Amino acid sequence: MTSCEALRFEKSFRVQGKSFENAGHISGRVKALLQRMNLSSDVVRRASVVTYEAEINICSYAERGRILLRVRPKFLTIEAIDEGQGIADIELAMKEGYSTATDKIRQMGFGAGMGLSNIKRFSDTFRIFSETGKGTHLKMIIRID
Amino acid sequence: MTLKEVKDILDAEVFVGHDQLEMEVSTAFGADLMSDVLAFAKSGSLLLTGLTNPQIVRTSDVLDIAAIIIVRGKRPQPETIQLAEELRIPLLSTKYILFETAGRLYSKGIVGCVEKVSEKRDFL
Repeated sequence: MTSCEALRFEKSFRVQGKSFENAGHISGRVKALLQRMNLSSDVVRRASVVTYEAEINICSYAERGRILLRVRPKFLTIEAIDEGQGIADIELAMKEGYSTATDKIRQMGFGAGMGLSNIKRFSDTFRIFSETGKGTHLKMIIRID
Repeated sequence: MTLKEVKDILDAEVFVGHDQLEMEVSTAFGADLMSDVLAFAKSGSLLLTGLTNPQIVRTSDVLDIAAIIIVRGKRPQPETIQLAEELRIPLLSTKYILFETAGRLYSKGIVGCVEKVSEKRDFL
């Protein structure tokens, strides 16, 4: 998987932070775009789920962020880059069940400490970078061949 | 069975999808945690949930859930109804609790979209 493989599609979406008004809107758009590319339903589902969880994280914790979708012949990448509080202890944050979610997030059916582990589970490759006080960068790769 | 039969079994109120009651359904998933719905529910299944916010519709859209059944007599929020209309996802509400809702559907032939979760990821 070399990144110099021809780029078939690229799009960047802005995500509003600290707001649930449109949470999930970008994931819906990503899903519709991928469906139109005739990718398998398995790939579309996995890409949509990781985008949705990443979007919920930005809406929950960050000041603002963006989601970047790139599709290449053999794989697609989804990056979620935000400006916000960052994650102090990534190992802890990756643990199923660990969460710093507010009641509001929990009332919506999230914040049970499953987001990052779901993202990891549905990606073929998952990388996370974070700096406290600056923000978080998630990169997910899903094979499409 | 058809969504119309589901509606009758559950004595449910239809908020969205009066014109989609002929759709066939055979499986379901029930949870209030959307992260678990994302992890385990399968496309084409019914979603049984006690939540009423728009995220139940967003989650269903991402997974191609056939229809949403809100349990325990809760009523969907106006924004939830609006989004379900926009995305054409049927939205029903039943007064039965989650356990009864699942049991009544199961006894008539609807089964879980997965029986047990597996250790490794499990798609579609």
